[in-house]
Amino acid sequence: MSQPQMRKPIESGVPDNKQYMHPLMVKNYGNWKYHDRPRPGVLHHVSHNGDEIWTVRAGTQRQMDVHTIRKLCDIADKFAEGHVRFTIRSNIEYMVGDEKKVAPLIAELEKNGFPVGGTGNSVSMISHTQGFLHCDIPATDASGVVKALMDELYDEFKNEEMPNRVRLSTSCCEINCGGQADLAIIIQHTKPPRINHDLVANICERPAVVARCPVAAIRPAMVNGKPSLEVDEKKCVCCGACFPPCPPMAINHPEHSKLAIWVGGKNSNARSKPQFMKMVAMGLPNNPPRWPEVAEVVKRILRVYKEDARPWERMADWIERIGWPRFFEKADLPFTKYLIDDWRGGRANLNASTHIRF
Amino acid sequence: MAKKPHATPNLDQLESGPWPSFVTGLKRLAKDKDMMVDLLGHLEHSYETRQGYWKGGTVGVFGYGGGIIPRFTEIKDENDQPVFKDAAEFHTLRVMPPPGMHYNTDILRKFCDLWEKHGSGLIAFHGQSGDIMFQGATGENVQKAFDEINELGFDLGGAGPAVRTSMSCVGASRCEQSCFDEARAHRAAINTFVGDIHRPALPYKFKFKFSGCPNDCMNSIQRSDMAVIGTWRDNIRTDEALAKKWFAKHGLNELVNDVVGMCPTRAIQLKEIKDVSKDANVSSVAVNDSQALEINNKDCVRCMHCINVMTGALAPGKDKGVTILVGGKRTLKIGDLMGTVIIPFMKLESDEDFEKFIDLAQRTIDFFAENALEHERTGEMIERIGLMNFLEGIEVEVDPNMVSAPRTNPFVRMDGWDEEVARVKARQAAA
Repeated sequence: MSQPQMRKPIESGVPDNKQYMHPLMVKNYGNWKYHDRPRPGVLHHVSHNGDEIWTVRAGTQRQMDVHTIRKLCDIADKFAEGHVRFTIRSNIEYMVGDEKKVAPLIAELEKNGFPVGGTGNSVSMISHTQGFLHCDIPATDASGVVKALMDELYDEFKNEEMPNRVRLSTSCCEINCGGQADLAIIIQHTKPPRINHDLVANICERPAVVARCPVAAIRPAMVNGKPSLEVDEKKCVCCGACFPPCPPMAINHPEHSKLAIWVGGKNSNARSKPQFMKMVAMGLPNNPPRWPEVAEVVKRILRVYKEDARPWERMADWIERIGWPRFFEKADLPFTKYLIDDWRGGRANLNASTHIRF
Repeated sequence: MAKKPHATPNLDQLESGPWPSFVTGLKRLAKDKDMMVDLLGHLEHSYETRQGYWKGGTVGVFGYGGGIIPRFTEIKDENDQPVFKDAAEFHTLRVMPPPGMHYNTDILRKFCDLWEKHGSGLIAFHGQSGDIMFQGATGENVQKAFDEINELGFDLGGAGPAVRTSMSCVGASRCEQSCFDEARAHRAAINTFVGDIHRPALPYKFKFKFSGCPNDCMNSIQRSDMAVIGTWRDNIRTDEALAKKWFAKHGLNELVNDVVGMCPTRAIQLKEIKDVSKDANVSSVAVNDSQALEINNKDCVRCMHCINVMTGALAPGKDKGVTILVGGKRTLKIGDLMGTVIIPFMKLESDEDFEKFIDLAQRTIDFFAENALEHERTGEMIERIGLMNFLEGIEVEVDPNMVSAPRTNPFVRMDGWDEEVARVKARQAAA
């Protein structure tokens, strides 16, 4: 009755990156002096000892089949020097020690459909989540939304024409795995969970679900003679926090799960302190496969930012200068009572001054 | 050859347009793999109905309690059988990347080969926590795939209430703004807590992120429990040749509007060269024959703006180290929280420095493990108990750099004030 011998894992943790790193980067580790950008999609770094390295950045679909990855490797072996790295936004970077290799590398990437760009004041690849493809709680897709939007923003990825860098994210539920960004697209549910009382007792750890609710709207209850949970629908903020620990509390809905747009998130400490993004639009339909209504609003906000912001102003810096009333006016978005923050600490977002632009 | 493809009219529309199409990639895989034929059918069904159809479960590898994301289909027929039976199980392996996400083609090709053999052939570089995500294996094949990945020197990442996979920026390997060895710190932390990654036993997740400078390219302040961000204590360095080159290209208007005028603490002034202060805390650099930038480093908050604009002409100082912030996270449950400063500055160069950092991380995780409620993040715990209780718990002294402003209300018991003043003065005298 002996069990088959199982292989014991090697708990090696994070591997040493030097074994994969371009040799010029190993040689000049911690000794870089400055960089410039000869053209969009290309970085040129110079070290204190005069060594130079050129980086060519290209967009990928993130969710890659092995054939795509092998193609990227073929390009690295033939046109670069066999080393690549990925950015936090799933762009791939090729490093070369000879400027002459840059142009043929760009040509090869473009020929194979990988757009070169995403550097400097461009709209970089959208950081995103799993969506319908692999998540257990998504109200929309991720890769599809990103593909549809990047098709629309393709020229902004390939050029550096924005006032400052623009970072976008999408998220398929309010947990917002895509993260804070200059502009983010996030699901916003508008109806309380629909509870399948036959399943709750068997699937959900009820006290844990009660504790998960940010507004204490969930309480244990007997429904049709079965232990279940009930939701005070007047209190419920439809955040969906109860759904992951209790799948019978269905929050996702093809019609009532809408898309909201948030702007002005900024993680860098440059100029102002880091800022959270703010919700500026809601009620956009979850409309696969190309989400045209969302794309229209995103493009409109990016267009007015591009026209109106000064050099080096991130989305947040720009809005700080022009003020929120003018932002809503320029972006042609309605400011409604729902955009006034009434969550804890929300009073800090009210205007406690006579600072008003006329 | 795989079985006949399902009709996918919605997904087909995502094959047009200039951006690389993941659908085209899925279809390439579906030529050889029944699993991917059914995965496409599964995804198309989601597009038609605007609903997701995966549920979690329990799948793991021998010896670990996390790192696999189990996915079982919920699209069933009237007999409770999977409609897309070859994609009925589509589990993901989360694998930790090397710091800075560097690879050579040899390791990437090995990943492709093993995943073509044991899995779907679909790999994401990378997930939002930084993992390489090998997406789509049956329960039977998860162990086989892991064994091969593990033999290549890679290890599973975190899932559930555990220390999670970390990310660090390109940093010292290719960035002039790097203020510490991000990769070393990343590996030192994660490989110390690797047991807390593989055997989830914390109240909730705990994330580290490492950014080499205050530009914080890893978004650590907003989305990690412990953000380690490079900074420096001494004066901004300058390079006159690069400053003059910058000025020749950009001119006075840009210098005034984009550099001097955008300094958040008004630490930069444009001066006649002869009027530049000789104070030891001042950095200055001539931009032409008569004018120079003067930076008062005592007023500078190391925001990076001027250095970003005039990279090379201006540069971080030489006395480098890190600022550590704790408690960042997104909305659920109590609302968004930024990480806040607990260590304004510490060196991170010698073995001893790294030991001190790991010791701080260990005290933080221990305190979190003992004091946080179930499903409560570090930031939420600090919000509940107050920063002071947290600092006392991890044995860190208060510092005015930890606040944007002192208290604005009198609602506090202060009968220990005199003793505290004496203690603070004694500590200052001893320093």
